[in-house]
Amino acid sequence: MFGLLEVGLLALPRLCTLGRSLHITSMRRRSKLDACNMYDKMKFEFTKENKARVESLLTWYPEAERQGALLPLLDIAQRQHGWLPISAVVAVAEVLKIDPMQAYETAKYYTMFHMKPRGMYVVAVCTSTPCFLRGSDDLLKACSKMLRLEPGETSKDMQFSLKVDCCLGACVNGPVVTINDDLYEDLTEVSLESILSDLKCGKVPPAGPYSGRCSSEPKDGATTLLIDPPPAGYKMQDLDDSGEK
Amino acid sequence: MFRKIIELNRLPGLTQWRRSFVAGKNDPPKSCLTNEKTTFGPLHDCDRVFQNLYGRHDWRLKGACKRGDWYHTAVLLEKGSDWIMEQVCQSGLRGRGGGGFFCGNKWNFLRCAESKQDKVLVMNCAEGEPGTCKDREIIRHEPHKIIEGCLLAGFAMGCNRAIIYVRNRFYNEACNLQFALAEAYRYGLLGPSACDTGIKFDILVQRGDRYLCGEETALVKCLMGKIGRPRRRPPFLTEQGYFSHPCVVINAESIAVLPTILRRGASWWADLGRSYNSGTKLFNISGQVNSPCTVEEEMSMPMRDLIEKHAGGVRGGWDNLLAIFPGGLSTPLINKQVAGEVLMDFECLEAAGSSLGSGALIVVNKQSDPLQVMLRSIQFYEKHTCKQCTYCRDGAIWLPELFDRFVKGEAHPHEIDWTLAIGKKIKDSNPICGLAQGQVNVAVSLVDNFRPYIEDRILQFIKD
Repeated sequence: MFGLLEVGLLALPRLCTLGRSLHITSMRRRSKLDACNMYDKMKFEFTKENKARVESLLTWYPEAERQGALLPLLDIAQRQHGWLPISAVVAVAEVLKIDPMQAYETAKYYTMFHMKPRGMYVVAVCTSTPCFLRGSDDLLKACSKMLRLEPGETSKDMQFSLKVDCCLGACVNGPVVTINDDLYEDLTEVSLESILSDLKCGKVPPAGPYSGRCSSEPKDGATTLLIDPPPAGYKMQDLDDSGEK
Repeated sequence: MFRKIIELNRLPGLTQWRRSFVAGKNDPPKSCLTNEKTTFGPLHDCDRVFQNLYGRHDWRLKGACKRGDWYHTAVLLEKGSDWIMEQVCQSGLRGRGGGGFFCGNKWNFLRCAESKQDKVLVMNCAEGEPGTCKDREIIRHEPHKIIEGCLLAGFAMGCNRAIIYVRNRFYNEACNLQFALAEAYRYGLLGPSACDTGIKFDILVQRGDRYLCGEETALVKCLMGKIGRPRRRPPFLTEQGYFSHPCVVINAESIAVLPTILRRGASWWADLGRSYNSGTKLFNISGQVNSPCTVEEEMSMPMRDLIEKHAGGVRGGWDNLLAIFPGGLSTPLINKQVAGEVLMDFECLEAAGSSLGSGALIVVNKQSDPLQVMLRSIQFYEKHTCKQCTYCRDGAIWLPELFDRFVKGEAHPHEIDWTLAIGKKIKDSNPICGLAQGQVNVAVSLVDNFRPYIEDRILQFIKD
């Protein structure tokens, strides 16, 4: 009943599946890992200490407001791993029972999360206007020269990453550089060189201003708060008859 | 709508500043106290609120109590929330984050908001504005003022929860704050019965990132674990804020001064500074001055006195001054002539065409290339726009390109007017948040102050 053409056409799906299964078996034979195996091998797990931290943090958030803990949990995961891989984002989304894509979107948006591996010391130089007026551009050039990196690059031995940031929140102590979480303030090329050479030896120098001042008082000496603080209750108003309960 | 014109006292040698209050915008509370002062000079050290501003003393609970924190807090709480709000209204405290809204009115919005959900107080320590670094000192050296202020302000508004948002860069400072919080819980100052008064109050510290998360709706979104982009209001945060709880976002300094105002009395605060601009303020003086510093001074102090007394004066002398950003990068520039006359308060700077903002002065002198400075300023907005509003996003593409051409001189004189036209378009486009206005201010400041420099640069380029 069927002509040669119809028989040929009817046989086509079977031939296709045969071809596909041949293709898959050959792939299976070729690669020992597939997507399911890789997920198990690279699955992110919090350490025992961090699991306790996560649990105590989650007690602060009611059930309906769990998503509020997203940024803190991603931060804990990043501090554990050094950077934030997608598997960590998925693990955090599982803990909070939210859509992993939503967690990933949020992680990508905030600059505090690094989705790629970075150096052990992330050197960020502030280049916004107040620091620019105090010479941060020269500091950036000196940094670049000493580390032999351009902004945005990481060294091959994964020791240093250099980046340019905008306003690190210490404008009166400019020019400012942050190394990981610590702020190094009032820098000159000389002090920067000593900081970076300490870091190259594996020694983390103390953070803070490098011009001799304590924090943000004028460098030639404080002009305010020259006497001891007044005692508790100084100029306290009479509370007995003002206002009603 | 009525207009009330307030004539300010004529100070010798100054032009008469006029300010008109448009009803409904930022009227002072009805019970706001006034004074008759005409000179505003250096504060007496005892009148300063932040005694440990430079971290010389112990910031922990023991040191804080010695300086007067947590003194009779239970008594203040027992006076009741009505009394606390009345004190805030009488003192004339204005928001220290940049908006300058009268706290009495703003906090009353949350207080009067009716909702079945609990109210939440959100404290803003995002401090992303270039030039501003005052909240950093409060968090690391005076954390107990913040905690006590949150408790008192939260109680006054009917909240039993507060969330403190700290920017991610202040990790070490946030550690100080967390330690102080732990001390407060340990000694029963917070928790199920704060200061043994039976009032339940909890505080949580959370860190986030991005300049735009300093804007209140973006901040609340960041706290909710979502992408921190501003949104349109209405619905206001007092109707639908943090996870649909009514909330209000208040700057760290506004909250930190509250306990001192309640202890020393609203009239003490209202006696400092000019009427309707009362109290003390933390000023950050940075840029090309001899000694950049953070200092707490009386409001309405003349700008020139402030810079010369505390920051060692402009590098090269006052005559070497070119321009100043009086309140952080987003405020319009003021030139040397105005800077020599203006007072550091909200009304005076607004009348001069600028704004007090967060009180962060950035001083530019004649040795720097003004066009390069303005280019760096507009590039800040290019990096930080959230790209929701078309005009703001396009402005962030076009303005840096134009400014770059002005720096090189590779421009046409018509482009100076294009800058103003772009600025006007952005301003009229009804953007969601204030970042667009910051861009407009930088663009308009460039053209108003430095047009001759641009034209000279163009001629120089043509010659070469």
